[in-house]
Amino acid sequence: MTTLGGQVKPKVRLGDLVFSRAASVAGIGILITLAAVAVFLFIQALPALNPEADFSGKAENPISYVTPYVFGTLYGSIIALAIATPLAIGIALYISHYANRRFSQILGYIMDLLAAIPSVVYGLWGIMVLAPFLNPTYLWLNENLGWIPLFAGQVSATGRTMLTVGIVLAIMVLPIMAALIREVFLQTPRLHEEAALALGATRWEMIKMAVLPFGRPGIISSMMLGLGRALGETMAVALVLSPASIINFALLTSQNSNTIAANIALHFPESGGDYRSLLIASGLMLFLITMLINMLARYIISRRAEFSGAN
Amino acid sequence: MSKRIELKSLNVYYSKFLAVEDVNMVIEPKAITAFIGPSGCGKSTLIRTLNRMHEVIPGAYVEGSLTMDGEDIYAAEVDPVKVRRQVGMVFQRPNPFPTMSIKENVLSGYKLNNNRMSKSDADELTEKALVGANLWNEVKDRLDRPGSSLSGGQQQRLCIARAIAVEPDVILMDEPTSALDPISTAAIEDLAVELKEKFTVVIVTHNMQQASRISDMTAFFNIAGTGMPGKLIEYDRTEKIFSNPTQKQTEDYVSGRFG
Ligand SMILES: Nc1ncnc2c1ncn2[C@@H]1O[C@H](COP(=O)(O)OP(=O)(O)OP(=O)(O)O)[C@@H](O)[C@H]1O
Ligand SMILES: [Mg+2]
Repeated sequence: MTTLGGQVKPKVRLGDLVFSRAASVAGIGILITLAAVAVFLFIQALPALNPEADFSGKAENPISYVTPYVFGTLYGSIIALAIATPLAIGIALYISHYANRRFSQILGYIMDLLAAIPSVVYGLWGIMVLAPFLNPTYLWLNENLGWIPLFAGQVSATGRTMLTVGIVLAIMVLPIMAALIREVFLQTPRLHEEAALALGATRWEMIKMAVLPFGRPGIISSMMLGLGRALGETMAVALVLSPASIINFALLTSQNSNTIAANIALHFPESGGDYRSLLIASGLMLFLITMLINMLARYIISRRAEFSGAN
Repeated sequence: MSKRIELKSLNVYYSKFLAVEDVNMVIEPKAITAFIGPSGCGKSTLIRTLNRMHEVIPGAYVEGSLTMDGEDIYAAEVDPVKVRRQVGMVFQRPNPFPTMSIKENVLSGYKLNNNRMSKSDADELTEKALVGANLWNEVKDRLDRPGSSLSGGQQQRLCIARAIAVEPDVILMDEPTSALDPISTAAIEDLAVELKEKFTVVIVTHNMQQASRISDMTAFFNIAGTGMPGKLIEYDRTEKIFSNPTQKQTEDYVSGRFG
């Protein structure tokens, strides 16, 4: 008796072979690079974890040194995201469901242009234009809403505050977020939009019933993309912020928790010995934070995969 | 409630293109009216004018008059959203909201009108609509599962449950069974017959047996050629259309002879 499969050798096509090999090499390449970076960071950071380490008076111990910067990194990015997400959703909705075709195309081009501006430029703009421009608003906020801890304290005279950093970062990540969300909104099946309209939904109700829930995974992905960019942003923060090594929730004062990336950029050139290892250890922290946040996002998306509309 | 729909000299346009020309007919309440005719003759276009879904397409508009129990649904002061809440629609491809559970799907239309409803009211309405759509027994143990976890036929009945949950006056169905197997089709045909006790039912179908089995009235549409407008050729009691039509075109079509 002959059996199928056993003896019959599937014909291997050259194109398939080349493609699958190339894809594997690329995939493995990414993993190796990632591992190499992690290993590098870890080895370089190790000396700082030694209890005997000497930080030349710049730090007491690694934990207390890194904590304020971890806080500053997360705080600045969260402010940026809190500002950018609703704006990005609004812009994406406007482009995908409200604007006429010509105008939405023009808007699309402008967004793409904005995404291409280097972060140094955003930083310069933040420090030279935005900070002085916002300062009167800060004073007003402090006077009238000063009882809210966020707006309390002595308002910075220059406008170079955590809130300015958050706003600069928000503007920086806005184009890429809006562009991604717009793509997702455009993919909403016409079928589901019509289902909502036929039930007697107004346009806004249709968006709430069909477009937003369908776009949810895309919105989360775009938030992660934005967050990733904001977390690691160095130049814009280093330029705008007047840094300190403290944990401070106040948005308007000149005492701001610096971010990890900006702190490294600021101190790395003249650092040496165990202090340099310490800076690298803080870089390792940043790496871990970014990874954790991405894993969290994957988890959130996968939890409701059944309801995603992808099946 | 079930309403009488009257169309007078209705012309339906996509921008400059006249898709359906000069339709005059009265759609009776508590009856099933079937639209039949070759592809492209404007059945979907016409049925979508009955709940003002036609104008959702950019550039699309309607001329003439369309009344429900004497009220002009295209009058300037009439909000299309209100019209659609009185006229439920079931589409050719089942389209439950994939991001909602079965129960949320059933309640989705109702919640547009009434924001707050108690849990017991919600449960009651869900059961009533699903029983009405002959789906209750199949899904009662998994109301929190996504709507997209059902089979195609079940999804279509879920869409019917969603449409009848808001107690509309009219139910429109555009080829509701064309994507379904014979058993699901039979289930939906039975359902349509039950629905006519309460609603005005309009159904578009390519299936001649289906039209003759379930409908009370049949409208036959035809086009003279591509790019020409579709026209209502003959409209009468279903037995008459299928046994003894007055128009030669109708006879050719229902007996399967073309051209
Ligand atoms: N969105 C649209 N824009 C422009 N023309 C359209 C649009 N939809 C349909 N038409 C045209 O209107 C005419 C009627 O189409 P319609 O879909 O109503 O036909 P139908 O009778 O439902 O056909 P079928 O049986 O294949 O579903 C066709 O000529 C079609 O090309
Ligand atoms: Mg059609």
